[in-house]
Formats: sequence, structure tokens, C-alpha cells
Amino acid sequence: MSDPGLWALPLALAGGALRAATPYLFVSLGECLTEKSGRINVGVEGILLVGAMSAFGAAWATGSPWAGIAAAAAAGAAMGALHGALCSLARVSHVAAGVAILVLGTGIAFFAGKPFIEPQAPTLPAIELGAWSSHPAVASALRLNPLLALGVVLAFGMRAAFRRARVGLAVIAVGDDAAAATAMGLHVDRTRLAATTLGGALAGIGGASLSLFHPTGWSEAISGGQGLMAMALVIFARWDPVRCLGAALLFGAAGALAPALQAAGHGHAWQLLHLAPHALTLAILVTGTTRARAMRGLPGELAVLR
Amino acid sequence: MVDALRPALESALLSAGALAVAAVLVIALVLLVGHDPREIATTLARSAFGSRFAWENTLSRAAPLMLAALCTAIPAHAGLVVIGGEGALVLGGLAASQAALFVADVPPFAAIAITCAAGMLVGAAWIGLVGALQQARGVNEVISSLLLSIIALGLFDWLLEEFLRDPASLNYPATRPIPDAARIGALPGLDVHAGLAVALVACVAAWWVLRRSVTGFAIRVVGGGVRAALGVGLPVGRLVVATCVAGGACVGLAGAIEVAAVHERAGGALHADYGNTGILVAFLARHHPLAIVPAALLVGGLAAASGPLQRGFDLPDAFVRIVEGVVFLAVIASETLRGRLLPPAAR
Repeated sequence: MSDPGLWALPLALAGGALRAATPYLFVSLGECLTEKSGRINVGVEGILLVGAMSAFGAAWATGSPWAGIAAAAAAGAAMGALHGALCSLARVSHVAAGVAILVLGTGIAFFAGKPFIEPQAPTLPAIELGAWSSHPAVASALRLNPLLALGVVLAFGMRAAFRRARVGLAVIAVGDDAAAATAMGLHVDRTRLAATTLGGALAGIGGASLSLFHPTGWSEAISGGQGLMAMALVIFARWDPVRCLGAALLFGAAGALAPALQAAGHGHAWQLLHLAPHALTLAILVTGTTRARAMRGLPGELAVLR
Repeated sequence: MVDALRPALESALLSAGALAVAAVLVIALVLLVGHDPREIATTLARSAFGSRFAWENTLSRAAPLMLAALCTAIPAHAGLVVIGGEGALVLGGLAASQAALFVADVPPFAAIAITCAAGMLVGAAWIGLVGALQQARGVNEVISSLLLSIIALGLFDWLLEEFLRDPASLNYPATRPIPDAARIGALPGLDVHAGLAVALVACVAAWWVLRRSVTGFAIRVVGGGVRAALGVGLPVGRLVVATCVAGGACVGLAGAIEVAAVHERAGGALHADYGNTGILVAFLARHHPLAIVPAALLVGGLAAASGPLQRGFDLPDAFVRIVEGVVFLAVIASETLRGRLLPPAAR
């Protein structure tokens, strides 16, 4: 097989899915953890940008992409903790706090990232799943972001934790019914603060996967709204970490479909396809919810969220 | 103290305190990046409010912000958090740009009215859908308005690129320019478009309806608690959808005015973040329709100062965004002190 021919489209889809899935996966796992604890963070897009910028900056300054990941996780955790602390205050709107985090995060990322727009930073080493193929298109489509492997492990680990581990069950208890969790002796605010902080760190790592892996670099358009889309993704995955993985691949493929079809000579109408995940999520929300009963998988405390 | 004035006074105190805290944080940031806070403050004040030109610049930016803020503030009275104004704004602007192409031979006043009505209609339908989904299916309005906003922005790009693009707009995709009859001119004696007057009227009207009329009282009862509202027999569904329709009409009107008074066509410049910044204005005003006016002036002034700060101090435009974020955080956090700052007298 020397000419990809018929294989061009599926290859582009697989490549796009694998490439875009990593940021989607980390941001959605972070948001999933936050929402499971009964909080929502509308500002993950801002955290994603801060993560991408600080990862690039740290990798550029130290010469190590792994230092970049650590910086992104730390910056994301700081933003998540800020959101968590704000939400712990009585009478503070969680949604408004999230919008403020979005504005502040975007501002910080763009402001501090100005000097990083030109230079090049070291990149993460790829996992060459396509090394068996002599065809460059196959090899490039299957060049895996090492963070994706970490994310897959994390997704299964989180699901197991939510089902069995003490901490995971505590998060779920706090997110489903704060009063009952308090009666059980759990610290509601402390658990939520921890979950929101960790969720921020994951969103920050999602940003690192954007700026430290091919095509590497920092630009203000780097996220393309992937953080906002991850909010929809969590609903699409019905608050299950492993389903987040599937949804991240699906959303990534949907994003790659339009340019691939356009490259194959089809018209602009395919541009609309990148809206499909949003429309689908909205459809799921509309059909999955009724006035009497919230959606399956929805953390109880989120249902009354303000 | 008069009891009726207590909430208003408390809101004013909270806002002032939040702005003071935000100012301290911004001064710290300015020192951190090695500038003199006094020089920055002088430039900011001068380029936002220091001259006739500065005021005109600020006022032109405040007008769309007021209308966009109403998209969050009006539904907030019924207890909804709507954050998807940006999408409704650009779609409203696009609809206005198309309606305007049909009114070249209509008398100017009617042409402008038709253009604005098209924007309002589309905005009202878009945000109205958010309210309808919330009432009919219990879909959370935060998520649905966010999703619908992203969908609207994608639709805008697609419609513009595929059907409505002026072949003459090469580097900058935009619709055909609107005819003169549909263009909104300046206010007499000022270099500010008449959209400012429209925005002020909208704020006052929203205030009167929400705070002085029976319907407004009913809406606020719904916002206080749906169960109680149903208990006294209020048409909760209709009231909630009505607030969303009104808010959507306002933000759609903002898009129409930007097209008819500023850009004279619909293009990428319409997506200038007025819809999102309007959320900040609404929360800064604590959803009070009259307080939106000074809040929009403040945020509009900040935006007007962005250019001079960039030129004079090499501060990127993201600096203004950080300031907005800090102000937003401080205002939201200050809400936690409500009721503790001026505790109601013991009875």
C-alpha cells in the first residue's frame, strides 16, 4: 500500500481524533472530577490557555518538556483552587465565578504569553505507533502524544476510584447530597476544594498537551474553544471518565472531519460538522432530561446549581 | 436609616469595596511588570474620560455593553443565569445586515426600525429557546446558552462564508454594505451613534418593568422561588420565557446597532466580545438595570483605554482583560458580604 487513496479520509480522521483527543480528555476529566463533587467550572477554557502558555514558557526556559507539564499542572491547580475558594464563599454564584476565571485566565495567558509567540520550545517525545508502516501518512497519523497514554490510564483509574476507592466515593457523596455527606462526617467544602484544584491541574495538563506536542508552539488561538467544548463533552459522556475518553476521540474526529472532507474536494457545508458535537450534546440534554427527573449520571448537587 | 434604601446602599458599598480591592490588585500587577501605577492610572483615566474624544469613544463602547448586559440581567430576575449573549449578538447583527438590504427605498426611520427589528427577532428567538428548553425539559440554562452561543458563532461563520459574503471583501469576509437608509447616524452635537440613546432607553424600560410593574413583581417572585410562585398561581413558564425573549431581543439589538451604526456590514468584527463582556457588566451592576449604565461606562472606558495603554506603555491588550477578570472576581466575591455589611435591624 503505497498510495493512501481511499484510506486518506479514515487516516485523517484517526490522526485528528488521536491528536485532538488529548486536550479534550484532560480538560473533560478535570471538569468531570469538579462536577462530580457538585461544583461546575465554566472557566476551564481559561485554565486550558494558562496551562498551554505556562507549559510552553517553562519548557522554553528549562529545556525540558516535562518541566513544562509540571508548570502547567501547577498553574492549573492554582486557578482551580482560586475557583474552588470563591465557590466556598456563601452566596457566590458558581457560574459567575467560572466566567470570571475564564476572563482572568485568558488575560493572564495572553499577557504573560506575549514573549513566547516567536520562539520554539522542546517538544514531548512521540510514541510511534505507526512505526511498522513504511507509509509516512500512516506513521504520522499514528504518532501518539505520550500524554494521551497517561490520560487513558487516568480515565480508567478515575472510574475505578469513583466505584471503589474511599476518596472517589467521598467525592460522589459530596456531589450528590451535601447535607447527607455532612451527616456522614465528610468535609463538603474541603472535598470540593480538593476536587476543583485537581480538576484545574488536569485542565492545565490538557493545555500542556496543546503547546508541547506537534504542532508545537504558543499562540492565542491555540485552544480554539476546546475548553468550552469539554463542558459539553462531560455531559455527552454522562459524567463517566471512561466514556469521556470515547467522547474525546469522537469530538476529535468530528473536528478533523471538516478539513479532511474539504481537502478531498467537498464543499464548505462540511464546516458545519464541527458544530455537530455541540448540537448532539444539546439534543442529549433535551431528550435525556425531563422536568421531573434530572439526567442519568448527573451529580445531585449540580441539578440545583446556581 | 430608611429600610427601603438599605439594599441599594449595601449594593453600592459592596461594589465600591470590590472596585477598591481590584484596584489594589491591579496596582500590584503594574508594579510587578515594572510600571509606575500613577502614570498608568493617569493614562487610563485620561483616555477613558479625560476629553471629549475620550468620552465619545467610551460611550460608543458602552452602548452595546448595556444591551448585552441586559441579556444576562433580565433573565437573572427570574432566577436564570444566561451566559450565551455573544452568539445571539452576532446572529442578530447578521440578520440585521440582511434585512437592511431590502429597505434601500424605505424612508430612513422605517428602514432603521426594520433593520433593528430583524436583529431583535433573531436574538429573541435564540435566547428564548434557552428559556423554553429550561421550562419545557428542565435543561440547565447555563449549559444550553453556552452551547447555543458556540453553535451561533459557527452558524455565523458558515452563513457568511457560504451564502452572504460580499465578493468584494477579499481579505476580510463580510456581507455587502447596508444601504444609507438603514444607517444609524450620530446623536446631535456628539460623535456618538444614536444606539447609545436606544441602550439607555432599554435600561430605563427594563428597570421600570422589572422594578415598578406588576409583571416585574411576578418575575421577581419566580426568581425568589419557583415553588412559591407556582403556589400563588403565577404562569412561571411564560414569565421565564418572556425574560429570555426580552434579554435576547436586547442583545440582538446590540448586534443590529453595531451593524447599522458602526461597521455598516456584518463581518468578523461583529464578534468583538461585547456579548461576553456584557456578562461582566451585568454582574458588576448586580443585575440592576439602572446600575448597568455606570457599570457599562466603567467597562467601556477600560476598553477605550486599551489602545493608549498599548501605545504608551507597551502593555498588550490582554492587560485590560486581566483588569476585567480581577474586577469580576472581586465583585463576585463581595457578594458573600451581603447582609453582613449592613445587617437588617433586629425586630
